[in-house]
Amino acid sequence: MKLSKHGYFYLLWMAIFIAIPLLMVVYFAFTTGDSQNITSFTFSLDNFKRFFTPIYIEVLNKSIQLALVSTIICLLLGYPVAYIISKEKLKYRNVLILLFVIPMWMNFLLRTYAWLTLLGKNGIINYFITKLGFQPLDLLYNDFAVLLGMVYNFLPFMVLPIFSVLTKMDNSLIEASWDLGANKLKTFLKVTLPLSLPGVISGVTMVFIPAVSTFVISSLLGGNKTYLIGNLIEQQFRYTGDWHFGSAMSIILMIFILISMALTSRFDKAKEGEGGELW
Amino acid sequence: MKKNLGRIYTALIFLFLYAPIIILIIFSFNNSKSRGNWDGFTIKWYVELFKNDEILKSLYYTLIIATTSSIISTIMGTFAAIGIYDMRGLPKKISLNLNYLPVLNPDIVTAISLMVLFRIVNLELGLITIILAHVTFCTPYVILSVLPKLKQMNKHLAEAALDLGATPFYSIRKVIIPQIMPGIITGALLAFTLSIDDFVITFFTAGKGVSNLSMTIYSMARRGINPVINALSTLMFLTLIILLIIIYKRSEKEEENIIEK
Repeated sequence: MKLSKHGYFYLLWMAIFIAIPLLMVVYFAFTTGDSQNITSFTFSLDNFKRFFTPIYIEVLNKSIQLALVSTIICLLLGYPVAYIISKEKLKYRNVLILLFVIPMWMNFLLRTYAWLTLLGKNGIINYFITKLGFQPLDLLYNDFAVLLGMVYNFLPFMVLPIFSVLTKMDNSLIEASWDLGANKLKTFLKVTLPLSLPGVISGVTMVFIPAVSTFVISSLLGGNKTYLIGNLIEQQFRYTGDWHFGSAMSIILMIFILISMALTSRFDKAKEGEGGELW
Repeated sequence: MKKNLGRIYTALIFLFLYAPIIILIIFSFNNSKSRGNWDGFTIKWYVELFKNDEILKSLYYTLIIATTSSIISTIMGTFAAIGIYDMRGLPKKISLNLNYLPVLNPDIVTAISLMVLFRIVNLELGLITIILAHVTFCTPYVILSVLPKLKQMNKHLAEAALDLGATPFYSIRKVIIPQIMPGIITGALLAFTLSIDDFVITFFTAGKGVSNLSMTIYSMARRGINPVINALSTLMFLTLIILLIIIYKRSEKEEENIIEK
């Protein structure tokens, strides 16, 4: 039976709504002119030259730094949780992992906004701090708040894939390692950890990509101080109207992500041929 | 001892995840409009919710968008997955990789590229463009949920159906679809959730007059959020939790039935 013909409509859809729009962005990135008038476009590398000046490079640097730190924190916080839950009895395990999914059903902007109530100058955390006799802390509108927002929003993306790999793991391998005389730590380092690497890698990508490109978290929790590359792109398309420069920045962001993914996927040979599994 | 340590740690992580949600729910009963201080219990925000046109309208749009785009992307995604599963060589490679792009690309890049497309072809930004954009970024997830199920499926059953005289469409409907149903349901739920929670894609592809809940919340965030939104999210959250408990109880019952048999 020829089933492949059912895929052609979607192929056309993808051409119109995925491929062509991205090619347009590339085209805009390499041209300058009046954004609203295609005939005025001329080829130029000015958008990229403009980006590679200290002001913008610093923004890119900051975005990468914050995204990297939040990814690492998510990994350090998330791996143990995924591991502990995967060792629970089947009955509790599913409920516990569901508890990671449920928060995602409440609007993420609203959940992020709720942190203002917790972190603010007169917020709940500072209330307890002053009650204990300390000076209130500046918790809001700085890098700390943005990092916290990232970790808070993206932690489930780290826990879910790691959990999924850990539960699918063949337990007899771990028993074999014990039988052969390895202690718990050694078994973890030599058996469990390497086998769970595919989960770690999809977790890392699923946290890093939204973190590096966010503009919502930084504009809600970072005030005007924390400016990230996502904010720059948003500004070009929503307010300034310089689509050329905005497109160039999007291309740079995409290329950066592609490179970092190529680097991480080198650790992940097991995943080859699988392709298509999300978590 | 070690087990307890692990439990405490897990509990702390859950506290971190649920603290803002608890705050939201508590403050939906707060008499004061500001989010800073507690000023007694009230249910006035729940009453006001049903009078607030801006919020009700954006709830209406959110549900319209999520329902329409998840239905379209589930149907299109299921057929596309069946097609891609049967493709070989280059077409398969191209399809899979193109399909991955919206998943891997940052939301903002997908959003601006669609905005550029709509503006260039002079399509007026509004409900139609939002739905087109949502279908575009939800369908890949449907395909990624359905494809693994297709791989596990017994291919010969569909062929047997054909040999026994079924038309190709009939065999898809009666033989293939039932086998991949769990994947289709996962995909549909995923699409619905992604659409209902989306902000970035909608933000860039919406025109004047159409705004979903996320956009309304975002624009409110600058002038201070109306507690009515807290009331609305509490209601939505509770509805979901109740649904979830019902599903859980039912599946538990089914399991018992299977064991009894």
